[in-house]
Parts: sequence; C-alpha cells; structure tokens
Amino acid sequence: MNRARWLVTAVPLAWLGVFFLLPFLVVVAMSLAPPAPPGHSPLPAPGELLRSWAANGLDWRHYGALFSDSLYASAYLNSLLFAGVSTLACLVLGYPLAYGIARAKPAARAVLLLLVVLPFWTSSLLRNYALIGILKGNGLLNQVLLATGIVDRPAEILHTDLAVYIGIVYGYLPFMVLPLAATLMRLDFTLLEAAADLGARPFDAFWRVTWPLSRPGVIAGSLLVFVPAVGEFVVPDLLGGPRALTIGRVIWTEFFSNRDWARAAAVAVGVLVLVALPLLWFERRGERGDAAT
Amino acid sequence: MTAASYLRLEGVRKRFADVVAVDDVSLDIVQGEFFALLGGSGSGKSTLLRMLAGLERPDAGRILIDGVDVTAMPPYERPVNLMFQSYALFPHLSVRENIAFGLRQQGLPRDRREARVAEMLKLVRLEKLGERRPDQLSGGQRQRVALARALAREPKILLLDEPLGALDRRLREQTQFELMNVQRRVGTTFIVVTHDQDEAMTMATRVAVMDGGRIVQVATPPELYENPATRLVASFIGDANQFVGKVESVAGGTVAVASPDLGISLRATAREPVAVGTEVAVAVRPEKIDVREQAPEAADNVLRGAVVQIAYLGDISLYHVRTSGGAIVRVQETHAERSSDPHYAVGDELHLVWPAASALVLTA
Repeated sequence: MNRARWLVTAVPLAWLGVFFLLPFLVVVAMSLAPPAPPGHSPLPAPGELLRSWAANGLDWRHYGALFSDSLYASAYLNSLLFAGVSTLACLVLGYPLAYGIARAKPAARAVLLLLVVLPFWTSSLLRNYALIGILKGNGLLNQVLLATGIVDRPAEILHTDLAVYIGIVYGYLPFMVLPLAATLMRLDFTLLEAAADLGARPFDAFWRVTWPLSRPGVIAGSLLVFVPAVGEFVVPDLLGGPRALTIGRVIWTEFFSNRDWARAAAVAVGVLVLVALPLLWFERRGERGDAAT
Repeated sequence: MTAASYLRLEGVRKRFADVVAVDDVSLDIVQGEFFALLGGSGSGKSTLLRMLAGLERPDAGRILIDGVDVTAMPPYERPVNLMFQSYALFPHLSVRENIAFGLRQQGLPRDRREARVAEMLKLVRLEKLGERRPDQLSGGQRQRVALARALAREPKILLLDEPLGALDRRLREQTQFELMNVQRRVGTTFIVVTHDQDEAMTMATRVAVMDGGRIVQVATPPELYENPATRLVASFIGDANQFVGKVESVAGGTVAVASPDLGISLRATAREPVAVGTEVAVAVRPEKIDVREQAPEAADNVLRGAVVQIAYLGDISLYHVRTSGGAIVRVQETHAERSSDPHYAVGDELHLVWPAASALVLTA
C-alpha cells in the first residue's frame, strides 16, 4: 500500500525531473555560459562550464542584453499584447459558448463538448495551414466577402496581426471553454431564480451572481490561454507578417539562424519569469479567496 | 369569502408536457393570513407556489395580488418573495450581503439598507453572524438567513417552499413556532407549501389540501380535522378508520350504512343529504373510539374484536383490533395516569364503542 503510493507519486515526479527540470536547468546553465570559441559546439561540456564559472563567475551578459537591446523588449511586449488580447477575445467568445453548453440538456451537452474539442483531433500545423487557405488573398474568406459585396477587392488578412489573433483565438478557444463550462455546470441555477425573486433583472442576476461564481473558471481558462499564447511560435510564424515579432520567433531566430544558444536560452528564461509572475499572483489570490470562504 | 381578498387565483392552470400540474385552481387569501398549501408530491403545490412567485407562467387563469393582475409580471417586478426549499443563499456573499441583495436591487441608499439589514438580523437572531458565509452556518442558521433575506424587501406576500424540510426533527418543531412568531410580528401574509400535515396544522390559520393539481378542501385546521370533505383528506389529516358500504336508511342527519367488512350496520353523521343506496365511506378517528371490556347497554355503534397489535407511544397506545369479520380497526387510548404498561394485551377481547356523531359519512 505504502509502496504503491510511493510509486504513484514517484513516476510522475521522475518524469517531470527528467523531461522538465533537467532540461530547464540546462537552459539556465546555457544562458549563463561564456561565449564559445568559433568552431566549438554552442553547448559547452559540463566540466568546462564549471571551470569557467569557478574562474570568472557567472556570465550575466545575455541577461543584460535583454534590457539593453530594444528588440527583446518589443518582442516581449508584442507577445504579451497578442496573448492578452487573444485571451480577452477567447473569454468574450467562449463565455456565451460555455454558458450555452452548461445550460443545455445533458445529452446535447456531451455532443456540444465533443464539437468544442473536435478540431484538436487534427494537428495544429494542419489547422494553421488550413487557416492560410482560408485567410489568403484569394482564399475562402475573401471569396465570401467579395461575393456578398462586403468588400470590392480582396482584403489583406493573411500576414497581418489580425491573422495572428484569428489563429491564436481559434487554436486556444477550447482551453477557455472547457474550464468555464465545467464551472458553469456546477452553478446552482436556483440561485438565479433567487436573484430574480429578489428583484434582479437578468443582466443584474448575471453580473451579481453568475459572473462572480464563475470566476474560478474564468481565471483557469484565461491562464490556460494566456500562458501558452505568450510563447506561441507557429501561429505568428505562419500567419503573421514580418512585423509580428513575437518572443517565440526571436528564440527560434537566436537558436537556429544566429546559433547563439546562450542568448536564446536567456530569452527563454525571460519568458518563463514573465509568465510565472502573474501565475504566482493568481495562485496567491486563489489561496486568499479560499481562506475567506 | 367576505373579507377583502388580498391574493386571488382565478382558474389557474399549468401543464408540463402531458402532465397537468395545476388544474383550474381558484383561491382567495386574506391579508395577514398564515396559509398552507398541503399535499403529497405531485399534488401541484410547488408549481402553484412557483406561479405565485412568477417563476412559472400559468397556461390559463389569472393571479391578482392586492387587486393588481400579476399573471404576466416577471418575478423581479412582483411584490412577493420566495424562501426557497434549498434556501438558495448566495455562496459568495456574506450573511449581511445576502440579506442586502434585494435591497441593493431596490436602490435603497446605503444607510437605510444597513439599518434594514440590522433589523432583519435582529428579527432572526443572527446579529453576531453577519459576516459569515453561508457554508459557515448550521442548517438552522441558513434557514433563518433565507427568511431574513426574503422578508427584507417587505413583500406583500411571503412564499415559503417547505421551509422546514431540510431541518432535523427537533429543530423543525422549534422553528415552526419561530416562524409563527415572526409572522405575527411582521404581519406579512405567509403562504407555506408543505407535505407535512402536522406542520400545516400547527402553523397555518387556513389550509388548502391539494391532490392531483386540484384543491380538494380549504378550511381551518380544526374544521379540516373534524369535517374532512373527502376520504383523501380524512386519511391525510390525522388517522381515520374508513369502512365502505351502502346507505340503508336516513333519519335526519343520522345515516345507517351497511358495512360488508364488519357485518353490521353503522350509524354515522352526514353533513349533506345522501340518498338510500349510495356507496359511501364511514370515517371514524381512532381516538374517538371508546374501549370497553363489558358490552355497553345502549350505543350507536358497537364492535367486538381481539387485540392483535399494540404500539406503545408513551402518551398514547395504539391498538389494532381484529373484528370477527376480519377487518382491522385502529383504536387509540390516552394514558392520562402514569402506568408502566398499556391497559390491554394482545389477544384481549374488547368492545369498541362510538356514537353516531363521531362518525362521518364521506361520499367522495
């Protein structure tokens, strides 16, 4: 029994250790490594690294660059903006969807939930290529817009910020809808009857009862969208224009074009800090909220 | 109804899919009444209450409150409040905020709101628990918050859906009297839905017994007990022995009914004229039957039988007596004096005696 319990926790812990913690430490070590001599591997051997650190101390140069080179700041800002606006858009689109699912009859609910996750049965790369087909100059969307007379010449959508937003919202909407629907399904709808009985019109009842009680779902959904959207690489790379410089693209460029692994690692650690801070804040807020109830 | 009608239902009807939940209900309730809708599950009492609250719309008929037709009025505009069976307290709000919810909706200024909340907390004796959340309260305390929240807006009528249903037995009795006290103090018209006849009889000034979506009888508790209109009311309110038979003869208000089960002719009182030959039931309450060891000299009804079962309940004993015909008659004996045992034992031969005035002829 005790042994079984130990195994149950040890296996995922070992998994996380090998595939998350260890690589993460490698990235951190890489970001603090001294410049590699030309012709050498960009990843120094552990022994060499430790000797260099013992002799010259940690090399903080790349972290300095994050602040001194405005390219990084604007990429971080861009990513936060894309992620933030997309999260908001997912919330605005996803809330009514989740509400509808939660209020549907149980049989219909299962079908609707299936429809929400159905796009995930194809790979994200395929979905984004399909979006290119839809958004491009002579793509489906423009054909519809032209045919209905909404525009008189093809609208430029692909390779704009709008395309990035469309791609991110499309890809992450289920992550918003699922936790929201789960929260709203647990909502006792007699509470809304009680609110109406106490004089609340439907809008007031929503704002004073449904919304505050669905906040755990809103927070969970927003984090599930925001956190991966900050580091999103595929969508801005495939759908965005050259100006859509996001942190994911910068890391890619540093790693594979510039082969500056140390700089790329520092940028990656920066993303982690940027995303971990709001996460921690929400976590503490959540704990406080629990303590209050 | 001579007094002015405060709440009037006219031919109210509600159907769900193929079930008629409320069928042509008309009712008048006077201001200040403590009125009970009593019935089993599926009798339509809760649907009727929800229609009064505005949570269901009747298919036909009208509802008037204080002379105003509210039939099509949404719940948030009605001058009534409902205390939900589950209480439906807002879990994210404190006791104080729960009570203030409806007051904020009225747009009451802050100071008057707070004064009203304090007044309500005092009414239900929860002054010290204003900052608690509903999940930090006991069942009884939650019930009182629900009551305070529903009364805070000074509704013309307070609707209570099984107000004591979620409480344990001891708390229920205590809370009954509290509810009556509160009602007397605030003077609001109360309409309570319950399936518990004791609850209805204890609290209400008048009771409507519902069955199959219809109101079977509306009366004061003593009237309901002593003069049930139908066999259903007679067995639902208290306990009653019922013997079916045909009317043999009629002499004034007294009727002779031949009972095939008992093999004798019973004498009973009819409130309305009945014709000879009508199929009727004679209802006799267990406590109205006298138990004798010797045969009485003259009596309207005498039955002989043997005790087959005894339930000793402390204040009373309930005997099941089997007559020679095989019918079981329930008889109640009150223990006025202290004694350790019931008077009779299983197997004892007894004479059961009751006057015609204690037995009622029921035609429906």
